[in-house]
Amino acid sequence: MNFRQKMILTASIAMAFVFGITPVTNAMHIMEGYLPPAFSIAWGAICIPFLAMGYFALKKTIENDRRSITLIAMAGAFIFVVSSLKIPSVTGSCSHMTGTGLGAILLGASSVSILGIIVLIFQAVLLAHGGLTTLGANTFSMAIAGPLVSFGLYKLCTKLKVNKYVSVFLAASFGDLFTYCVTSLQLALAYPSQVGGVQVSAAKFLAVFAPTQLPLAIIEGILSVLVIIGLETYAASELRGIGFLKVGEQ
Amino acid sequence: MKNKKLTVVILLVVALLIAIVPLFVLKGAEFGGSDDAGSVAISEITGTEYEPWFTPVMETWIHGEIPGEVESLLFCVQTGIGVGIMAFIMGRFVERTKQEKLRKAS
Repeated sequence: MNFRQKMILTASIAMAFVFGITPVTNAMHIMEGYLPPAFSIAWGAICIPFLAMGYFALKKTIENDRRSITLIAMAGAFIFVVSSLKIPSVTGSCSHMTGTGLGAILLGASSVSILGIIVLIFQAVLLAHGGLTTLGANTFSMAIAGPLVSFGLYKLCTKLKVNKYVSVFLAASFGDLFTYCVTSLQLALAYPSQVGGVQVSAAKFLAVFAPTQLPLAIIEGILSVLVIIGLETYAASELRGIGFLKVGEQ
Repeated sequence: MKNKKLTVVILLVVALLIAIVPLFVLKGAEFGGSDDAGSVAISEITGTEYEPWFTPVMETWIHGEIPGEVESLLFCVQTGIGVGIMAFIMGRFVERTKQEKLRKAS
């Protein structure tokens, strides 16, 4: 990396700031009080084993190589940045990305649940965005289901020997999209349509979320690839420490 | 290396375009949150206006909705924390790589 590349990185960070300052409205996540109590508790309960797994996975990663803390912080910070940026989409409404795909690719799916819930609590308490009663459902969709898809897809792509950047892009994009599929399903389960039940209802919610999210999923894929490129250039030893790069691989 | 630089630039431009183009193409669109669209869909399905059964804690504390400006401030704080951490770590990595190269050269 030379001076020009550094400039590009700096510029991209500055751009992240610019987007953060655009006027914001409520977008995505299931809103506070919009899930019946029984559903809130059920989704919360489902998350607990994943969170426990995530805690132990993170602990193990750190024990194996203490320097991996920097990468964990990086993945967490990426979720923080990306989930605060509300981006206008082709449907004329705004939504934001999840950012959990990158963490899932680097650290494994369960570890991201811990990072994701930190962001969700921050947004629920301070921003009235998402909510404490819907924390379980939102954690499941954004910090568990999405990362699982990202992780699985990335592993599959590596098995099939797809180009690494393409795999990262696909994994992050589909993880993001899947988050919204799960959100639609969660809403549909709580509000089944009177005619046709859960399926009709799910299709309806999906029709609201999916077109908005599609371009954002692409952006998320691109940003994840950029972070991976940056890390590969400057933090190859850390990436080897967590097993993202094989020993000897450039 | 040259190739990689080009990729980075192209990817950045594409990401920016995807984000910005809708603003110019869809003139007069509201760009509300898809959350609001979600609650509209709920009322369509249930047939009645949905009344949330729990208000966000922050709104209970300050007895009312968070003012728009303050909300954007809080979102910026979130972005700032994230960008700060990323920039700090990236800065350390960059500097370390530079030092290693210098040491190898000497």
